[in-house]
Amino acid sequence: MAAPQFEVPKLTGNIEIPAVKADASAHIKSFPANAGIQEIIGFPGGAEPGELVDGWHDKAIAKMGDLLGRYRSLQVFMDACVHCGACTDKCHYFIGTGDPKNMPVARQELMRSVYRRHFTFAGKYFPSLVGAKDLTKEVVEDWYKYYYQCSECRRCSVFCPYGIDTAEVTMAGREILDTIGYGQKYTNEIMGKLHKIGNNLGLPGPALQDTLEGLEEDMLDATGVAVKLPLDVEGAEVLLVTPSADFFAEPHVESLMGYGKVFHASGTSWTLSSKASEAGNFGMFIGSYENTRRAAMRIREAALELGVKRIVVGECGHAWRVAYSFWNTLVGVGAGGADPFSIELQKQLDPRYPAPQHICEFTNDLIKQGKLKFDKSLNDHRVVTFHDSCNVARGSRMGDIPGGQFIIPREVIKAVVNNYHDMAEETIGESTFCCGGGGGLLTDDLLELRVKGALPRMEALNNVVEEHKVNFLALICAICKAQFNKVVPFYGFDMSMVGGVHQLVSTAILLEKEEE
Amino acid sequence: MSFLTVLYACVFYAATAMLVGGLVAKIRCYARTPAPLKIPTTPAPTTTGGVVLRMAREVALFESLFKSNKWIWLFGWLFHVSLLLVLVRHLRYFTEPVWFWVSLAQPFGTYAGFAMVAGLGGLWARRFLVDRVRYISTPSDHLILVLLIFIGTSGLGMRFISHTDVVAVKAFFLGLMVFDLQPLPSDPALLVHLGLVALLMIIFPISKLLHAPGIFFSPTRNQTDDSRERRHIAPWATKFDAGSGSKSE
Repeated sequence: MAAPQFEVPKLTGNIEIPAVKADASAHIKSFPANAGIQEIIGFPGGAEPGELVDGWHDKAIAKMGDLLGRYRSLQVFMDACVHCGACTDKCHYFIGTGDPKNMPVARQELMRSVYRRHFTFAGKYFPSLVGAKDLTKEVVEDWYKYYYQCSECRRCSVFCPYGIDTAEVTMAGREILDTIGYGQKYTNEIMGKLHKIGNNLGLPGPALQDTLEGLEEDMLDATGVAVKLPLDVEGAEVLLVTPSADFFAEPHVESLMGYGKVFHASGTSWTLSSKASEAGNFGMFIGSYENTRRAAMRIREAALELGVKRIVVGECGHAWRVAYSFWNTLVGVGAGGADPFSIELQKQLDPRYPAPQHICEFTNDLIKQGKLKFDKSLNDHRVVTFHDSCNVARGSRMGDIPGGQFIIPREVIKAVVNNYHDMAEETIGESTFCCGGGGGLLTDDLLELRVKGALPRMEALNNVVEEHKVNFLALICAICKAQFNKVVPFYGFDMSMVGGVHQLVSTAILLEKEEE
Repeated sequence: MSFLTVLYACVFYAATAMLVGGLVAKIRCYARTPAPLKIPTTPAPTTTGGVVLRMAREVALFESLFKSNKWIWLFGWLFHVSLLLVLVRHLRYFTEPVWFWVSLAQPFGTYAGFAMVAGLGGLWARRFLVDRVRYISTPSDHLILVLLIFIGTSGLGMRFISHTDVVAVKAFFLGLMVFDLQPLPSDPALLVHLGLVALLMIIFPISKLLHAPGIFFSPTRNQTDDSRERRHIAPWATKFDAGSGSKSE
């Protein structure tokens, strides 16, 4: 690890609310996208990355008007804020940087001040009284910087008395920026790879096949059991859609082998799909309904082509939010559809199971039915804690009851490990802190922000490390895994402590050897 | 009929029209704007009944604010509940005979006036004392608090220091409601009190006071968590289900 070019926050044992330090993170800015990247996902681009298109001002205002008319959330959130301050100390990026524009209300205000100027009586006639501002190049620059210093984790929305969700404002801000040629390289480039090749890594089908075969050999060597990772099997019962990082990255791949073992041990016929080889959907990050939908169409098409009865989603936070909350709306993966488009798929899916289903729901059901056998002592070298991923915690559910997303992963963990400790109450469950790398910020040009944004989670983690000797941070999100892998060393932890819930399952599961 | 009476009558008719017209327009806008995606902040209720309960807790108890910050909750809740009691008490000036529960509420409403001003004072103090809140406060944030504090103190002044002719005030408002103008007393405290109330009514639909109707339309609070069971789709999004939009490539 090279020496950082910035000061890494010191752990103090408490999550401390910093004093306001104006412009403390104003120098942090992710690379903008060039025109080529922009065009692939349906947006314009200037001659240079980040150069605004001609007529940008009027186009931006027109786009804001369009979004205000299409999203009730945005319209209500622009009007309802009273500047009470309830959210001001809730954002991990504010806690980590002290930059006041990282307070959720101030982040919203970047847009709200322009909204007031152009769409309200008070802002048109008394701008300085109500804090209304014209949309200038400086304001656009602030939008770009600070809408890409928000991970859309929704923690602020839990604490707002009106439920104002800064993620909705950030998404709208990014969509407006994209419309005037100011997209972000990292997110938009990945979005383009997903559209063109089918996954965020840009991994074509044959390479995927090779990788899976390699992993099958690894598992055969390690366990003596031929656990399969099938690809494009027509007529399989379950289609597993998982983040493409699971095919390649460490520690993600350990969880992929865990899913494979669960399917194997339960005797479920299943398949991956080269077409739907990505659960992640960065369309949500940029607030683009069209891009989110287009990416999700791959899952629908793969499900129809393969004739599967169930769709299960691997460990990925924002992907699970898109899958759980949006797939039914976007592409009809779900139930209760009354239109031909959704019925076409829903009549094929097995109504006894929720669609989509989270891999933790899937595994937990099998555990409850006694269909999986574990030797928990195989995980005895680990003392485990669990990080609730923001999108799962506040944008989705698992199981039948509200809050099941907190219960089910912990039940799975406790079924496979002996040593488990939660982190402090105010840092988990619905109050969980983002890892610091979500929402399209998992890029090295934002490393300083990622390290600083991880501060509250690192404080909570450090406390259980010191108190309970925790040495494994269990995750259900590809972004969390990559982010923590990168940033925990800055805080003095070993990156090997980062892993997946199904990595723990993989360690403890007992597979029956086939009879010779 | 004095000029003052005619002036205040006109002001109140205009303020009422702007308040009602403005709110109706805003509420219509909120109601007609679709919420294309399911975005309840989870854990969220899975049934409509659950959502009604969640919303009731939010509106009556400020549940989310309580989770967030006990000081803001204390001052904010104190102010709003007191304001409610004060408003209930003021119904006696608009009803004849006075409803029995309004009579019962009189002593509570009277002293709630003090609690209301105290709550407002606490909220205002935070705008100076907490650096984060100071940073986000605009002139209008301060002025709205000043406006409410003046309304409260001018009202308390009439109740406890310099009484006005409340019988005449009641006659004025009962008359206003049936377009039959009655003389309005001309005490300065009363004129200030009523003038500021009219101003509050006028700015209500064009200011952050829209949080009152807004909360009922907030998708993160009013949506049920049933996205896997029911297909939720906005009218503008149905066009994608057919035609070229229905392909991934």
